[in-house]
Amino acid sequence: MSVLVFAETSEGKFKKSAFEVTSYGKKVAEQLGTNVVVLTINSNEPTLLYMYGAEKVLNVSNDALRTFNAKVYANIIKQAAEKENSKLVIIDSNANAIYLAPTLAVNLSAGYASNVVALPTSTSPFTLKRKTFSNKAFNYTELTTDCKVISLAKNSFGLVENKVDGNVEEFSPQLIESGLTSTSVEQTTGKVTIADADVVVSGGRGLKGPENWGMIEELADVFGAATACSKPVSDLGWRPHSEHVGQTGKPVASNLYVAVGISGAIQHLAGVNSSKVKVVINTDPEAPFFKAADYGIIGDAFEVVPKLIEKLKEFKANNA
Amino acid sequence: MKILVCISHVPDTTSKINFTDNDSKFDSNGVQYVINPYDEFALTRAMWFKEKQGATVTVVNVGNVSTEPTLRKALAIGADDAIRVNAEPTDGFAVAKELAEVVKNGGFNLVLAGKESSDYNGGMVPGMLAALLDFSFVNACIGLEIEGEKATISREIDGGKEILSSNLPLIIAGQKGLVEEKDLRIPNMRGIMMARKKPLTVVEPINSEAATSIISFEKQAAKAACKMVDADNVDELIRLLHNEAKVI
Ligand SMILES: Cc1cc2nc3c(=O)[nH]c(=O)nc-3n(C[C@H](O)[C@H](O)[C@H](O)COP(=O)(O)OP(=O)(O)OC[C@H]3O[C@@H](n4cnc5c(N)ncnc54)[C@H](O)[C@@H]3O)c2cc1C
Ligand SMILES: Nc1ncnc2c1ncn2[C@@H]1O[C@H](COP(=O)(O)O)[C@@H](O)[C@H]1O
Repeated sequence: MSVLVFAETSEGKFKKSAFEVTSYGKKVAEQLGTNVVVLTINSNEPTLLYMYGAEKVLNVSNDALRTFNAKVYANIIKQAAEKENSKLVIIDSNANAIYLAPTLAVNLSAGYASNVVALPTSTSPFTLKRKTFSNKAFNYTELTTDCKVISLAKNSFGLVENKVDGNVEEFSPQLIESGLTSTSVEQTTGKVTIADADVVVSGGRGLKGPENWGMIEELADVFGAATACSKPVSDLGWRPHSEHVGQTGKPVASNLYVAVGISGAIQHLAGVNSSKVKVVINTDPEAPFFKAADYGIIGDAFEVVPKLIEKLKEFKANNA
Repeated sequence: MKILVCISHVPDTTSKINFTDNDSKFDSNGVQYVINPYDEFALTRAMWFKEKQGATVTVVNVGNVSTEPTLRKALAIGADDAIRVNAEPTDGFAVAKELAEVVKNGGFNLVLAGKESSDYNGGMVPGMLAALLDFSFVNACIGLEIEGEKATISREIDGGKEILSSNLPLIIAGQKGLVEEKDLRIPNMRGIMMARKKPLTVVEPINSEAATSIISFEKQAAKAACKMVDADNVDELIRLLHNEAKVI
């Protein structure tokens, strides 16, 4: 018996979440008194995983797997779980991971728990704390099956260094047919995405119009942040739909969320509750967002944001 | 084309979330239930296929009798008929197994669902259903065109989109983009009148076994009060973010 972790790569490089799930998998393996095996596909540098406790890394190198396919990937993970006699598979909550997870669960006849935010509160029965009701609450879920699949919510566990002397084993699974063909991928490169960002700077209707987003982008730039917006802003076409966060948009689980000119409606908060620290800049002291924030500035964005950019640049220069 | 739209019955997005029975049950007292927002995108897309390509549209929910008004609403929006599988939807795997029976018995070749329920946020039913039936599956779907047996599908990926193609049968889990938000349908008077006469069939479950069970709930811990920083003193904010919150 071992714990199997799937560590995702993007163009050969590990995502930060790959290190997070490895850190988590190592701890769960300790709880269960077993070892952890980390599976990765087309990684340039699988040994990086040793830093987070990966005793054994299975690396699949195969050009046919350059493009993600949920069914094919799920089948590879299943083969790895069988080979390693793993009854517990841990994945992250990136778009690809949550896409393949239900298929994997059916392949393994496993119970599946998504949105897991902490180590198992008990291993027998196997009980997990999960986010639910669009981040307004948690639940404790018992997995009653022999095999289990869990997906760890982003940024909920963090990276835990735990250097081990690991080894990498090449793994050559059988590839199945999927019936689904990828014909093209359009991806903006070089820009931090909301999903991967440590910091997200977000603008609302308080910014009055798309022409005022220059300062939001500049602030994001200084933070090394992704930009986001409230729903009306994308509905009005001021910003692309891909930036809309909230209950009906993207979830944000960054370390820092800076909300400028956003009132803090319940549906907006549902999407940003999982961010660790929230800063709100709003002219209205009664804006509901202040109740959900950690730090607040009552003030006009058009005055506060330029000052913040300037001071942050100074700070970065002094702390470089 | 025979389309099945999976409708999850969820608390309205503004609902207060409370629990009863020692935090073991969701408190539905005073809660307004609606069609899961993601499923509205799926349903509206299905209506387009019905009107433009002559598809038939059936809506389905796995739930007890209290979900029927939600199914009637979907009928009022324009679905042809509805099926309710008479079982408590306690676990995604069990719901998927019930839905698989419905798909097999009804001969559906296109299943449209939402990417997650806004209450339990499992994000698992459509993918499990596809795996159980061995249908192609696309998650986080933001575009779907069908020509004959061939589907062209877009899905959202981190920082962009991917275009895929597949033959029917197919299952997609949809979200905003599948149709534009302004095109979402709301029932009109005529639709509501017609919905009353449309068939809503109740089928008994196969009693599929659950793989998970929820033991208890917990609300988000109350937050400490927000620290206010003077607008003329943004230095202080940077100091707090650095020294206290340690996020920069
Ligand atoms: C089913 C449903 C789903 C929804 N899903 C989402 C969702 O996913 N995400 C989402 O964001 N919303 C969602 N909404 C909409 C939500 O209810 C709010 O309407 C929306 O979040 C408000 O956006 P806003 O804060 O940008 O705009 P407003 O509510 O108009 O707020 C603007 C804010 O800017 C402040 N302001 C004005 N001028 C300035 C200035 N110069 N400087 C600083 N501050 C200023 C104002 O005080 C105000 O607080 C949903 C609604 C429904 C019904
Ligand atoms: N009880 C149910 N009855 C019918 N469809 C459901 C049910 N639960 C979930 N679904 C469908 O599956 C999607 C994802 O739900 P979930 O896996 O619960 O997050 C929803 O958007 C619905 O389309």
